Amino acid sequence: MTWWFPEVVSTYGVQIDRLFVVILWITGVIFVLVEGALLAFLIRYRRGASTRAMYIHGNVTAEIIWTVIPALIVTYLAFASQRVWAHIQGPPPPHQMELEVVAEQFAWNIHYAGPDGQFGTADDVETINQLHLPVGQVVLVRLKSKDVIHSFFLPQFRLKRDTVPGITGRIWLQATKTGQYEIVCAELCGLGHYRMRGFVTIETPEAFAAWLKQAKAEQAG
Amino acid sequence: MSDTPHESADHTMGFVRQYIFSTDHKTIGLQFLFTSLFMILFGGLLAMLMRWQLGWPGHPLAFMGKLAPNGMPGGVMVPEYYNMLFTIHGSVMIFFGIIPILVGAFGNYLIPLKIGAPDMAFPRLNMASFWLNPPAIMIMLAGFFMQGGAAAAGWTSYAPLSAILGPGQTCWILSVLLVGTSSIMGAINYITTIINLRAPGMTFFRLPLSIWALFITAIMALLATPVLASALIMLLLDRTLGTSFFLPAGLVVDGVALAHSGGQVLLWQHLFWFYSHPAVYIMILPAMGIVSDILPTFARKPVFGYHSMVYALATIAVLGFLVWAHHMFVSGMNPTLSTSFMVATMVIAVPTGVKFFNWLATLWRGSIRLTTPMLHACIFLSTFLVGGLTGIFAAAMPVDIYIHDTYFIVGHLHYVLFGGSLFGAFAGITFWFPKMFGRMMSDRLGQLHAVLTFVFFNAVMFPMFILGIGGMPRRIYDWSQYAHLSHFGPLNRMISVSAFCLLAAQGLFVVNFIWSLFKGRNAPENPWESTTLEWATPSPPPHGNFKQTPTVYHGPYEYSVPGAKADWLPQHQQSSP
Amino acid sequence: MMSDEKWMRTKLIPLVGVVVAIGCGGKPQDASATTKANASAERPVQLAQAAPEAAPAGGASGSASLHGSIKFSGTAPEAERIKMDADPQCLLQHKEAVHKPEVVINANGTLRYVFVYVKQGLEGKTFAAPTQPAVLDQQGCMYHPHVLGLQVNQPLEIVNNDATLHNVNCKPLNSKPFNIAQPVKGMKSTKTFAAPEVMVKCACNVHPWMATYVGVVAHPFFGVSGEDGGFTIAGLPAGHYTLEAWHEKYGTQTKTVTVADGERAQVDFEFKAP
Repeated sequence: MTWWFPEVVSTYGVQIDRLFVVILWITGVIFVLVEGALLAFLIRYRRGASTRAMYIHGNVTAEIIWTVIPALIVTYLAFASQRVWAHIQGPPPPHQMELEVVAEQFAWNIHYAGPDGQFGTADDVETINQLHLPVGQVVLVRLKSKDVIHSFFLPQFRLKRDTVPGITGRIWLQATKTGQYEIVCAELCGLGHYRMRGFVTIETPEAFAAWLKQAKAEQAG
Repeated sequence: MSDTPHESADHTMGFVRQYIFSTDHKTIGLQFLFTSLFMILFGGLLAMLMRWQLGWPGHPLAFMGKLAPNGMPGGVMVPEYYNMLFTIHGSVMIFFGIIPILVGAFGNYLIPLKIGAPDMAFPRLNMASFWLNPPAIMIMLAGFFMQGGAAAAGWTSYAPLSAILGPGQTCWILSVLLVGTSSIMGAINYITTIINLRAPGMTFFRLPLSIWALFITAIMALLATPVLASALIMLLLDRTLGTSFFLPAGLVVDGVALAHSGGQVLLWQHLFWFYSHPAVYIMILPAMGIVSDILPTFARKPVFGYHSMVYALATIAVLGFLVWAHHMFVSGMNPTLSTSFMVATMVIAVPTGVKFFNWLATLWRGSIRLTTPMLHACIFLSTFLVGGLTGIFAAAMPVDIYIHDTYFIVGHLHYVLFGGSLFGAFAGITFWFPKMFGRMMSDRLGQLHAVLTFVFFNAVMFPMFILGIGGMPRRIYDWSQYAHLSHFGPLNRMISVSAFCLLAAQGLFVVNFIWSLFKGRNAPENPWESTTLEWATPSPPPHGNFKQTPTVYHGPYEYSVPGAKADWLPQHQQSSP
Repeated sequence: MMSDEKWMRTKLIPLVGVVVAIGCGGKPQDASATTKANASAERPVQLAQAAPEAAPAGGASGSASLHGSIKFSGTAPEAERIKMDADPQCLLQHKEAVHKPEVVINANGTLRYVFVYVKQGLEGKTFAAPTQPAVLDQQGCMYHPHVLGLQVNQPLEIVNNDATLHNVNCKPLNSKPFNIAQPVKGMKSTKTFAAPEVMVKCACNVHPWMATYVGVVAHPFFGVSGEDGGFTIAGLPAGHYTLEAWHEKYGTQTKTVTVADGERAQVDFEFKAP
């Protein structure tokens, strides 16, 4: 059984994992120290082991120390987080492809602009639950919803964004390896929420183009 | 002016006036206590059903086929029923469990006693505040008998889903409106009482920390709850009168275009979380206050950094109003806004840390008696720490992209709400039971209950972080449908089995509680040799609390004063010569 | 100042009562909705092609009958291919492409899936609902049948014969709507419709192409055109009737007919492609 994240297949996914590990180290050390102190005090200062408790109301230096040090730590974490956030949520890098995902109860409608790169033309391809992506290319995804809030979650991409009725969300992604993965709906959307499952296929650009052509042909008849 | 209750009572009251529609804060506090303990048990049972489905997806549970023929036909749970279960579990635990037990029960019981007052400022408002709860409970649960079943949009009730679901959702809205009204009434009472009815000598900075915590909690409740009430009314209007507060144009549900237009879906989330984030501080501050009273008592040592503790409580409360949208990092909200909420959320870790270090320093160089209340208080420290630290992962926005709406968050929230609030409540119950009922609980049974609950609680909740890291979303009826989760069978089953054991262990508490009510050793006025004012009156206190209004001479935690014969100096007693 | 009891009785309790009364507002769940889960499908799967020609139970019954065929003229629109790859379980069950059954022209040029029923002429007569259920089957991620007829209060047994989640989302205007999930293969639910309605659409949200139409009428005199484009309505009392034919894309048409006892009358319809 794996106790860790699923494999990461996106560029910024690696940065997210790294940030997680940093926080894990910091909180892990704090956890060990504090729990250790708690246990040590309960044992060391149990009644009988010490004669009388110390009559002390506080210590200003101590207060300053344990205010400033945590403040410094969270300041560092805030900056580290903002850096990664700006990369992911800021203006996207130049993209090679655009697609649109329209969520509904309980399926993902995926629209490809087709070889001409324009939506609303004859070569558009629409699938249900089948997301194909060319590896290595920056893909811009527009997110919409027909009815209620859903959430477009690609675990291996470390990507999640709610699809909100009335709002067109914009995210970008860049896959780093080929493979088959899943789309998970991550916002309660009704009785079919648990099964709003889609399929992500990351393939070479040539295989992607071939698939797009095949899908277009099948759509016609 | 508020009527003084002991005037009107020459006290040959009938059973109904004395025990059902009482205006005595102690009786009302106990009414809150019994009702919320019962509801916590009920919420726990719902969780067991959820854990059955999560441990063995799709497997029939025969007897439930008869109890819930629509929700579990032939014993097999259907997804819509699962959605109702977690919705009602969360709503019951929060609105009818933790908030009423910490704020309603302890707030009511303790405030007049610990400030030296005969009762609350508004005793009838107090009674009304309690009596809104039973109808609220019945209305929410009545949803199970409505067409389409009970509310099923989660305790967060996000629009548009909550706007289009069946009548059970309306029941939920009305119920929460009632319980919110109850909260606001209580808040008005607590604030007025603490400001106006303190005994002579009880300055603000001589108040026990539990009272500070309840005072600040009441202010939060007063400011935040009306926002929730507004949101609920707007949602109710969207559902019944065709308004469009939360419904934009162009919605197509099941192939039918809805006529609404002009609304903003995210508005619900902003209004809801503007209340619900302070609400989580409403749920933890009283527990922190209780722990701050218990640690000095059983370490025989003043609380370390009393002033810092007060400022930390106030800082947490203020910051608590500035962080709500950290629940909305992936909601489609403007990403620039997210940064300010992230910063405020990170900053809240600082006063929380200050409290932790002061608690540890209270234990340091103490003379510790590990009674049942002390055990629960120390368990609170241990488990709430995990809850607080895991919150840091969620505060870091990029990490939150991944862990939002996964079991990581479910683990985090249970560590703070069960590990923190509920253990705090157990600490408070075992500590003040002698005062409330005039009898002692069994310490042996209490310690066994505490240890078993601690062990099983961790067995249930800690693996959830692993599930969350693995990508398991929450509110998911059947996780086994996903390839990347298919290996989580053993872990989910282990959590479920631990959960059944956790519930079973609560039997020890129930037995201890009920048995002690009737057969516990008689409790003296001050069994724990504690310093605050509630221990300076009989157990249980008479109507009017104090024969004579006490005068307060010093702070609330004067333990082990050098030179004094006893290792404790009550607040109402002048210093030993 | 009012005593506490009086305040309670005159203000608080009525207030709480009013709040409860204007609340929930929904009616208790339909008692006739019963659900059974059958983990192993014991009954052989029935793929009903047309609604059962139910013999009128009670009420007036006769010996006349109507039959006819639904002709189609013009060019049928190209049927849209169903994206069965939306769900691997669906794809597994189909080796060839499947198309939406919106307009199905039979081999003999007739139109399939037209619901024909007696619209007028039975006023004043009542017909007891049969206890024999009609069956709506979900198999291969399609509803079988695509169009069916049902009598008011006749049980409709809905069964999931696929190893995947289907939800049955029926939205009648005159009866209680319902939306039930059947996550496990073999699950059965039984529902009824309390009022006539032509037609009630039921759909699956997990597989957006799935749709079935249920014609709910107060009597047993209805039929659905099958593979040969024909329909039969038997056991009709003598009288003068208006028949309506409904098609999901081409709308409705009516024809009148008069039958005597024992007569077998022919009524044909023709739908034209626009």
